[in-house]
Amino acid sequence: MIEVHNVQKSFNGNPVLKGITCTFETGKCNLLLGGSGTGKSVLLQCIVGLMKPDLGSITFDGLVFTNNKVDIKQEIRRKIGMLFQGSALFDSMTVFENTEFPLKMLTPEMSKEERRDRVEFCLKRVGLENAGTKMPSEISGGMKKRVGIARAIAPNCTYLFCDEPNSGLDPATSIKIDELIYEITHEYKITTVVITHDMNSVVEIGDHIIYLHKGQKLWDGNKDEILNTTVPELKEFIFSSSLVRAAKKVDEETEGGLAAATSDEAINI
Amino acid sequence: MVKTFGEFLIFMQSMLVRKERLAVLWQRTLDEAILIGIDSVFIVSIVSAFIGAVTCVQIAYNLVNPLIPKSTIGFMVREMTILELAPTITSIVLAGKVGSSIAGGLGTMRITEQVDALEVMGINSASYLVLPKIVAAMLMFPLLVILAMVLSITGGYLAGTLSGAMSAQEYVEGIRSDFVPYNILFALIKSVVFAFLVSAISSYKGYYTRGGALEVGAASTGAVTNSIIAILLADYVLAAVLL
Ligand SMILES: Nc1ncnc2c1ncn2[C@@H]1O[C@H](COP(=O)(O)OP(=O)(O)OP(=O)(O)O)[C@@H](O)[C@H]1O
Ligand SMILES: [Mg+2]
Repeated sequence: MIEVHNVQKSFNGNPVLKGITCTFETGKCNLLLGGSGTGKSVLLQCIVGLMKPDLGSITFDGLVFTNNKVDIKQEIRRKIGMLFQGSALFDSMTVFENTEFPLKMLTPEMSKEERRDRVEFCLKRVGLENAGTKMPSEISGGMKKRVGIARAIAPNCTYLFCDEPNSGLDPATSIKIDELIYEITHEYKITTVVITHDMNSVVEIGDHIIYLHKGQKLWDGNKDEILNTTVPELKEFIFSSSLVRAAKKVDEETEGGLAAATSDEAINI
Repeated sequence: MVKTFGEFLIFMQSMLVRKERLAVLWQRTLDEAILIGIDSVFIVSIVSAFIGAVTCVQIAYNLVNPLIPKSTIGFMVREMTILELAPTITSIVLAGKVGSSIAGGLGTMRITEQVDALEVMGINSASYLVLPKIVAAMLMFPLLVILAMVLSITGGYLAGTLSGAMSAQEYVEGIRSDFVPYNILFALIKSVVFAFLVSAISSYKGYYTRGGALEVGAASTGAVTNSIIAILLADYVLAAVLL
């Protein structure tokens, strides 16, 4: 479980995060939802330590990440896997070497054979067992994301962070990526945090959803509750998606009421 | 200016904390040495051979006084190339080649979040990416400068003898007269200093790139111009201090 307590961050006096308090639960897909520029990426960067919050604390299963103890930070960092928005694969290395890299760096005690087995296992898990020798420039965007996931989970991470895992992908591929993240989360009981503004992902994998608006948390709950929200900003956000609008319309016509439309129906439209 | 210099010093210091295992860094250094060293042999050879040849021909053209022995040409070629042309011109050429590739490479890694990916894994990206580049440059520049010395003297020899400006004997006699071994040491010291300047400045420029492809290009250009200015300044300072 990751606890974020009163995290604030501003750039040149311009507040971006205005005191965010939330928890990300273990074994669940926690979604960070919100419009563009609301500070989702900044919050994620604060959580993984790429940015230092001005105020507030972040705790990983009881270990305080935001104090200045270098060894605790290091211990937490080694349990973090992250999938970047642009995949961030090392472009001088093959797919295999990319996946092997964190193992090489973080677990020097592993033998070469153990590493190879683990890499092969992870690549197989994301469905890329035959792409090991390819360079990142030779594979498609969706494959890059999958390599990114394989690299993130290779060192048995406890926390998985994904910044917009399905941006720039076609709907079919992005559903596959969502499913992969969802399965991995539940299979290994890890704490997953996914940034998204895609309502498809929300109804598909949102075990726990946190809605950010202008640097504040306005709502949290799960995918079944989100369609019944009374928060005006969130309502506006959800129903600006024509897919959900269509779902709502169909729903009303069949007199089911929106409340009955749980995730399954909503995405089948 | 002062702020930039302060940031540069902090950057240098950040490479030395939280270092990776020595075996990893050494492997990275060897990889970089191949990129910096082997890949530059061709351009350094061409440039230095021609510089030696041109120097020889021009000195021969200017030395018309029959009282001055022809061997002076060889002597002057040696002095000029060893003291100044080989280390400085080679380093300027390398600033263009190595500097732009360091800054471009690091800048691309920065904007595509590869640097962040390293940091999230708990790896000190400055030490992992930059330190090996600086060490490799400081190992390879002197070797390339030695190559440049040999080739420019050879270039002078070929140009002088083939054009008939003097005999092979006279050239060799000039090369061997009044030789000061310290000059070689001085040139190598210069090349190590230049190597540090080029690699550190270019790394700094690339590592702190923000934005997109346009800024990567700007970082490369900035790396080359700043490196060259730093080389020329350092050249003057070292000459004033060490000669
Ligand atoms: N390094 C930075 N320096 C200055 N301002 C920044 C920096 N990073 C982010 N910001 C500002 O913080 C705000 C929030 O940015 P952030 O990237 O978190 O948005 P986001 O919610 O991730 O949006 P998107 O969905 O478009 O990715 C933006 O207004 C941005 O200009
Ligand atoms: Mg973002």
